[in-house]
Amino acid sequence: MSIRERLSGNEAAAIAMKQINPDVVAAFPITPSTEIPQYFSSFVSNGEVNTEFVAVESEHSAMAATIGAEAAGGRAMTATSANGLSLMWEMIYIASSLRLPIVMSLVNRAVSGPLNIHNDHSDAMGVRDSGWIMLFSENNQEAYDNLIMAHRIAENKKVKLPLMVCQDGFITSHSIENIELLEDDIVKKFVGEYNPDEYLLNKNNPIAIGPLDLQSYLFEHKAMQAEAMKNAKQVILDVAKDFEKITGRKYSFFEEYKLEDAEVAIVCMNSTAGTTKFVVDNLREKGIKAGLLKLRVFRPFPAEEIAKALGHLKAVAILDKADSLNAVGGALFQDVTSAMFVNKKEVPMVDYVYGIGGRDTKADDIESVYNDLAEIVKTGNIDNPYRYLGLRR
Amino acid sequence: MTEKINSNTPMEELTPGGDIYEAGNARNFKTGDWRSIKPVYLSDKCKQCGLCFPVCPDDAIPVGKDQKRTDFNYDYCKGCGVCAKVCPFGAIVME
Repeated sequence: MSIRERLSGNEAAAIAMKQINPDVVAAFPITPSTEIPQYFSSFVSNGEVNTEFVAVESEHSAMAATIGAEAAGGRAMTATSANGLSLMWEMIYIASSLRLPIVMSLVNRAVSGPLNIHNDHSDAMGVRDSGWIMLFSENNQEAYDNLIMAHRIAENKKVKLPLMVCQDGFITSHSIENIELLEDDIVKKFVGEYNPDEYLLNKNNPIAIGPLDLQSYLFEHKAMQAEAMKNAKQVILDVAKDFEKITGRKYSFFEEYKLEDAEVAIVCMNSTAGTTKFVVDNLREKGIKAGLLKLRVFRPFPAEEIAKALGHLKAVAILDKADSLNAVGGALFQDVTSAMFVNKKEVPMVDYVYGIGGRDTKADDIESVYNDLAEIVKTGNIDNPYRYLGLRR
Repeated sequence: MTEKINSNTPMEELTPGGDIYEAGNARNFKTGDWRSIKPVYLSDKCKQCGLCFPVCPDDAIPVGKDQKRTDFNYDYCKGCGVCAKVCPFGAIVME
């Protein structure tokens, strides 16, 4: 029933968009996400989708156009990377505060400067407090699957929040892998029609959106966004359950890889999880009880569930593919450590900032982290919890 | 729904994103309280020449079916003074 293919991560994202067949796509090219709107515009030209493709003059306009389209009552999508997302920044907050369930592919790349076009997560980490749901993808298959699930999550009436699907620039966006695609009609049925209750082009019931929202109201409207983000947790699980029924592929907030009986573990996101699984398998053969927690849902942050999954470990390393430049550690490290503290789990934890600007992270690097963890378990000493992996010094 | 919302409404009863479900709602936003000086209409000096009301940016000079203007609508007049400037007869003074 499913279709066996071999596709790059960008092709997988573009094909997911083709099968979703949104009303509007507005995008501006930026490496490494350029191919997504490029492939998609060929689908438009070939008449394979009914989408209105808007070739805008900047990313700020790309997000503004998707906001307009979504507010009008349509389904709108876009794709970008790094500085493209930076230019969208103002509009990113408008999209979430107007409660517009736009879906974006974010192909992660280092935010300049100095100029770098390769992968890290500094773009995504820059919008982590903007009120978007953020899903991360280990490989092409997950980038595709997350996009197919995206609209069902974002458009749910208890959620109504925009959503971005992240994947690693070049590492997965430009690597061709085997992938299992769903058939067009199955995607169409799974994603369903978008029928918002209120929208701008409804001439029978005119509305105003984005009003002046001063001292008496903004606080409550922000709290409503926060509430929607909490609601998204259950919706993400429900949609994953339905997705499993048609694909057999299981998704949750995170994947626990050999974690249950592990003594030491790594927490990371996106493609590094693939390398880490390889290392975990090798270490297991040597009798070392290594495990992995691969985070898929970064926003909403599943704090309680993470604390439960990591609570039994003897030492944990968090891998941050973006440095917060705050003298204490990366964003993922801070979220995980605060989740552990609040949920009363005391496990020695260290942060490794790694892979900045596309610096290659090899199996040996990951193995050195597990060796460090073993040392922490043995000695109980963490001299410095804010470390680097693969930095020349 | 939205006409009942005011600054005491709890968050559970607000609309998502502050959406307003009625058209023409700018009428409910009385911008006249931004005013620091106000125009005063001296009807005995007014010749009903019709120069003042087209220049008002806030439609704050009511005009009847008889094409004659009446006193200012201070709910929306921001006190910009454009009307006083265009009046050739000194029938509008800013105070």
